[in-house]
This record gives sequence, structure tokens and C-alpha cells, in this order.
Amino acid sequence: MKKVIVKLENFSKKFGEKEIIKDINLEIYEGEFLTFLGSSGCGKTTILRSISGLDTPSSGKVYIDGEDVTNFEPPQRQVNTIFQNYALFPLMTVEKNIAFGLKMKKVPKEEIQKRVTKMLDLVHLNGYEKRKPKELSGGEQQRVSIARGLINNPKVLLLDEPLSALDLKLRKKMQLELKQLQRKLGITFIYVTHDQEEALSMSDRIVVLKDGRIEQIGTPVEVYENPKSLYVADFLGEANVFKGKITDRNNKYTLVTMQDGSVLKCYEKQFNLEDMVSLVVRPENIKINVKNKAFLRGKIVEQVYDGAFTKIHIKYEKQIVKSMISGNDKLHQVGDEVTISWDIEDAIVLRSEDGE
Amino acid sequence: MKHNKKLDNFCLILVMIFLFLPIFVLILFSFNTSRLNIVFEGFTFHWYKDLFSNRMLLDSLGNTLIVAVISTLISTIVGTISAYALKKYDFPFKNFINELLYIPVVIPEIVLGISLLCIYTVLKFELGMMTLILSHISFSIPFVIISVRSVLEQMDPNLEQAASDLGASKLKTFFYIVIPSLMPGIFSGAQLAFTLSLDDVVISYFTAGPDSNTLPLQIYSMIKTGVTPDVNALITIMLLIIFLVLCVSMVINIRNLNKGELK
Amino acid sequence: MASKKRIIKVVFLLPVIVYSIFLIFLPLLYIFTISFYKSDSYGGMIHTITFENYWELFDAVYVKIFLQSFIIAIITTIICVLIAYPFVLAVSHKKKQTQQVLMTMVMVPFLTNSLIRMYGWIVLLRKSGIINSLLTGLSIIDEPLPLMYNNLGIVIGMVYTLLPFMILPLYSSVSTIENSLLEASSDLGANKIKTFFHIILPQTFPGLFNGALMVFTPALGYFFIVDILGGGKIMILGNLIKNQFLTARNWPLGAAISVTILLIITIVILVYRKLGGKMDDLGGV
Repeated sequence: MKKVIVKLENFSKKFGEKEIIKDINLEIYEGEFLTFLGSSGCGKTTILRSISGLDTPSSGKVYIDGEDVTNFEPPQRQVNTIFQNYALFPLMTVEKNIAFGLKMKKVPKEEIQKRVTKMLDLVHLNGYEKRKPKELSGGEQQRVSIARGLINNPKVLLLDEPLSALDLKLRKKMQLELKQLQRKLGITFIYVTHDQEEALSMSDRIVVLKDGRIEQIGTPVEVYENPKSLYVADFLGEANVFKGKITDRNNKYTLVTMQDGSVLKCYEKQFNLEDMVSLVVRPENIKINVKNKAFLRGKIVEQVYDGAFTKIHIKYEKQIVKSMISGNDKLHQVGDEVTISWDIEDAIVLRSEDGE
Repeated sequence: MKHNKKLDNFCLILVMIFLFLPIFVLILFSFNTSRLNIVFEGFTFHWYKDLFSNRMLLDSLGNTLIVAVISTLISTIVGTISAYALKKYDFPFKNFINELLYIPVVIPEIVLGISLLCIYTVLKFELGMMTLILSHISFSIPFVIISVRSVLEQMDPNLEQAASDLGASKLKTFFYIVIPSLMPGIFSGAQLAFTLSLDDVVISYFTAGPDSNTLPLQIYSMIKTGVTPDVNALITIMLLIIFLVLCVSMVINIRNLNKGELK
Repeated sequence: MASKKRIIKVVFLLPVIVYSIFLIFLPLLYIFTISFYKSDSYGGMIHTITFENYWELFDAVYVKIFLQSFIIAIITTIICVLIAYPFVLAVSHKKKQTQQVLMTMVMVPFLTNSLIRMYGWIVLLRKSGIINSLLTGLSIIDEPLPLMYNNLGIVIGMVYTLLPFMILPLYSSVSTIENSLLEASSDLGANKIKTFFHIILPQTFPGLFNGALMVFTPALGYFFIVDILGGGKIMILGNLIKNQFLTARNWPLGAAISVTILLIITIVILVYRKLGGKMDDLGGV
């Protein structure tokens, strides 16, 4: 059984009249890389700040390593935070920044020196000891802030969109480094981001938040391939949604009839006849002009080549169906009339939500 | 954009002459053999020697420095803490207090001077060094607060949270993180407080006692009876010191400026 | 622990609250209160409520002093603007390093004693003073010119003392104007005068207003300049208040004059705020 390191119990947070977090219960395990994913204003940063102690919940409790820390001040909690803008102390050198936490704990000088050197090794910043933060690049500042956060040997490291200020290439590189670092140290990382791609590539588990509630918890593969709601399906990656009503079912298939009368086959066992459902198909699973399989017909309206993939937009009825073909697609052209299909098991069947 | 360089320089020189003419005259006459500051008759260092036996003048200079140093120290400390507290905490009547703090900045000094005089009289404070220092603190604090606040507004609010997150208590955060970050504002606030105090005539006029004449007050009474050239000598020495201090700070400023341009 | 937080909060807030109540609010409240008292003939005060002191201000003698005071303050402000604008623009055309040197030089005279600088002007301006001796010596004039002990002397003294309070805010607002803006303006065919009125003036208006306020207000109260360079014949509000409190010992009347000044300043400040002025800019000298 995995050990629970952070536990949120009936956790709620109000700012004035507005309820930002609504009754969340969650257990985070030791050594995992857990990501809170959601759009801005979903409350993900508020959760993080309540774990670090920079905020306190309006009701509910926060446990760290079995201890109720709900009313503890940040200095009393064995967690550290990496801030979005790094929040490096501008007047202190790299060395002093990293040593700050130990200095506050009155650790002897020699030991501080030893541990700072170790940290500098860890984040590959040897030789940068005497520099000031403003003399560093964004990526280097990021590493200093990570070293500063880790030197206290926190039980949990909290990361609040730490990569959002970096450019795309550096962000990818840092994603990899962070993941490796986490694996090497075995410390629990709790990560907050609005970037689904970042969440998918780094996390052990993803918590998808919507309006202060947990929408779904699962491994990246689970949330991507088996989203429990249209929101999750749409938020993680791109999704083509086909709506219809279940009109027939047998042992094998369920048949869904769409508004234009087209009938789609799918696999599911949880719905009843007459239920309104949505079929979600990922762009990479959409097939164009495959023989003997012609679910729907449409017309290509856009074709974008981006190196590894060609994105093709097909107008079907009133919606645009997005598909993705690897490499440079030379078979199709804008204006072509094409058929759209997919493998039946690639269609995820979800309950249609009102107004969506 | 092209500028008329000649016109620019003409204008600069004219203003500089206006600013430095009376000072230049004072310096010149500090070396004058005549006791009267009317015609330059001959060169002497005589007045510089005399200066050191002019007890009244030296005492008033001493008072001025004591008042300036103490009031600057206290108003800088109080002003810094206040600027921080006013930003950080909410309390009833906060807006009212904030508005009050602008009053010494915008009202004529004379009104502040007489209102302080009245309060001292009502409270039966005897006028002297204490009331003088209190008054100088009183008009300096708002300037320090404004100066510190301008730096505080630019400070990253995450810094304090980061310090707290790394285990620093509220007080330690204040001393290790906040104060060093505010240093430029604290320093310029202190500088302002010091200059204002050194040169204050109006408020000192109402709140000083007979034993606490400041240099401005002393010179004020001397102008009525006749200024002797040892005052010129004193001012020349003070100017020299100010000039040296300013040169140093200017060199530092310009060096920073050059550094900034290199980057 | 929560109580420790509270203690820190109280310790941090206490000084500013005590200060602003006891050294700003109560003194002014006291002045306001006694402006409604009556003075007796022995320099004491009778605790009634009367508007007599305010009525007395409409006496021709006081009206004259009010007018004189405002005229001197306004003329001083205008002259300061007329000197500061070309100066500041000329400074801003220089290299950054030269700008630093020039602005420091502006500050030098003001770090010395303002009274001794007034004395310097006496040496220059009086009948037997340097300017007059020079002019008569060169036979440009026969009789020495009356350069002081009149309004001219007072205005020279006021302008001299208050000029940096105009130069500094004006300089900081001029230095925020992007050079490209001026270039664009001249590129689009505006001449220097048009550029000044359409680009520079609107952009520096906050600094101008700020400076004007910082010159105008003290100019109402600097009694010592009037004493020294006005020769005792001329009075401004500062002298009037000083006399009421120190020599005539009619505190209620002196208080009424002070309250009237405060009222006028308050109106000016309200206009300043209405125009979008920031209070913090006023103290940033």
C-alpha cells in the first residue's frame, strides 16, 4: 500500500462570497508526481497555497504526513514552493538564495556550504555561486529556485506553473529535467499547470479541476483515453464530438443516430435506449477515405502542415472535424469531398451534457 | 530631433548663474579683509579662524546637526515601518490615516508650525530641543513614507511568501528580505528628511526654545543685526563638504548609468 | 501564535497611528476649534462659538494682504514655470551623464542654508550692493536701482528658493517622454512650437501641476523671505499668521487665517486629484 503524504479532507475555500474550492477530498501519495490541471480560475493555485500554508482553507483540513497542519504557518510546514515568477531574492547571490532556508533554520555554516554545493551539482549550476538573479537567464533562475526549494529536504515540493515564463524549447527541456529530478530524488511533486501537454508528459497522476471541483483523477493515459466527461475530453488534447441518440443496441454494438440521420456504431454498456450521448474521437484516430468504411461525408476546408503532422479540417454538416495525419500528406487537397471514419473502439461514449 | 544647441546652452548657463550667483558672492566675501560684505578689499583666512571662536554660531550649528541626525534617524525608522504596515495591514480608519499623512506635505509649513506650537502650549511642553526634534520628525515622516512606498509598490509580493515558505518568520522576513529591498527608498527618504531638517526655518521658528537656536534661526537674527564674514566662512566649509558628498554620489550614479548602458 | 501575529501588527501600526493622530490630526483640529473662539484683550481665549474671526478677514486690511499674498505666490509660480521649462528641456537634450551632473548642480544651492542664500541676495541687490555698484561703476545708471525692500526683491527671493520644487517634478515628467514621440511629431511636420503644445505640454502636465502646487503653497507662508527682502513694509499671509500668534497674540484670528488657507489648498488638491494627479507624486521631491 502506498503511503499518503498529503491529504485534503472536505476542503473548501471562499473568497468573500465566492466559493473557489468546493469540498475536495484527495489523497496524494509519497513519491508521486501529481498535477492539478485546469483553466485559470479553477482554483488550482489556491489548493497549492493551502498546502504550503500561504492560504488557509475556509473549511476542511489539510494533512501532511499524517499531521493536521491546517492552521500551521508556512515556516512550520515541511513543504516548499516554486513560484511562477521564481521569486528569487534579487539582492542575494545564487548561493545566498539557495542557502536561505537553511540559514533560517540556523544550520551550521559548514553544513550549509556542503549542502549548497550539493544542490548546485544537482541543478548543474556550479560556478554560478556569486551571480545575482538578474545576471541569469530564465532557465537558470528556474534552477536556482528549484535548488532553493529542495535544500530544506521538503516532504513535498509544490510547483506553481513554474515553466510558464519560459519559451517553448526551454520549457520542453525543463519538463524533462524536472521529471528526471523528481524520479532521482523520490520527493513528491505537486504541480499546477493549465498546459495539458505539460501535464500529460510529466505526471504520474493528473487531477483535472473544473470550477473548484475535481472532474477526474487518473494517470495521463486514463484521463486522455477514458475521459469521464466532455470537459475532460475537450481539455486534454483535441476532441471531435458527435452527438446523437441511442436508437438501437445488441450484444455487440450500440447504434447512435445523429440529427442528420447518420447512424454511428459504438461500444458501450452503461447507457439505455433513447439516451442522448456524445461520441468523442481524437483527431489522430480519424481516418479519411478508408475503403469500405464510410461513416460520414465531408469536404476538406483547411490543411496545415506542421512538420511532424498534417492537420486536416473537414467540414461535416455544421461542424469542423479535425484529423491528423503523420508526415506530409500529399493525398488530399483543400476542396476534396472525402469520407470520415474511425475504428469503433476509438469512439469514447459520454453522456451529453446540457447546453454542450 | 534636432535641437538648437546654442539656445540650450544659453538657457542652462543663465539658470546656473542665477542659482550660483548668491553662493559665489558669499564664498568670495569669506576671504575678504573688510568686515562689511560690500566691497572686496583684500584676501584673508582670518574669518575661518574667527569662526572657531564664535560660540553662538557653533552652538547653533551643533543644535542643527543634533536635531537633523536624531529626527532623520527616528523619522526614517518610523516612516519605513509605517509605509510597510500601511501596505500590509487593514484596519479601521486606514484611509483616514493615509489622508492625514499627506497633510504635512501639502499645507504651508507655517500652518503646521503654529498648530504644533499650539499643541505644545496646551500640553505644557516647554519649547526646546525636544519640541524641535519632535516637530522635525513630524514633517519628515510623510516624506519618508512616500519615498519608501514608491519602492514597496515595485517589490515582488512573492518574495515575502517565498521567504515564509522557506522557513523565515514574519520578523525575519521583514529584516532579511523586506528591508534590504526597500533600501533605495529608505535611503532617499532619509536624505530628504535630513536636508529638510537642516534647512528648516519656518517650523523651527515656532517650535524652538531659547536654548535651542538652530543655524537657520541664528542667521535669521544675524541678518537683522548684521552678518559677519565668519558666517560666510562657515557656509563655505559646509558647501565644500556638500560638494564632496555630491561628487561621490554623482560618480556612483554615473558609473551605474554607464554600466546600464553597457548591458 | 495568531496572537503573535496580532502583536506584530499592532507594533508595526502603532507609531504611524499615534503620529498621525497626535502630531497631525489633533493640532489641526485644535486650530480649527480655536478659530471659532474669541480672543480677550490679554492674549487669552474665550471659549464660545463665533464666526467673528472669519468676518474680520473681510476687513480691507486683511483682504489686501490676502490679495497681495496670492499675487506674489502666483507671479512666483509663473516665473518658476517660465524658467524651469526651457531649462528642463535643455537638460533633457543632453546625454544621460550630463543630465545627472546638471540636476545634481541644481540641488547644490538647496543643500545649503536658505537664509544664508537670502543674505547672498542682499549683498547682491542692496543699494550699495554688487549689482548696483557694478552698474553705477560702469556709468550705465546714475542712481542705484531699488532692487530690494520691495515686491521685486520678494519675488526674486521666492523664485530662487522655490525653483527646484518646479524643476524636479518637471524634469521627471519630461524624462518620461520617449524621444521617438518627438521624432514622430517632427516627422509628421510639426514645428517646435506645435510639438511643445501638442506633445510636451500634455505629457508633462502632471509634473507641471505638481510643481506649481509645491511652489505656490510655500510662497503663501514664507514670511522670512518677505521679512528679509521686503524690508518690513510688505506683508503676506505668513507674516500675518506669525504676528497673530507671536506678537498680537490673537490666536483665534491667526487660526481663522490658517483655516482659510487650508480650505483653499484643499480645493486646489481636489482639483489636482480630479485631473488624475497622484498624491504620492507631491512628496517625491
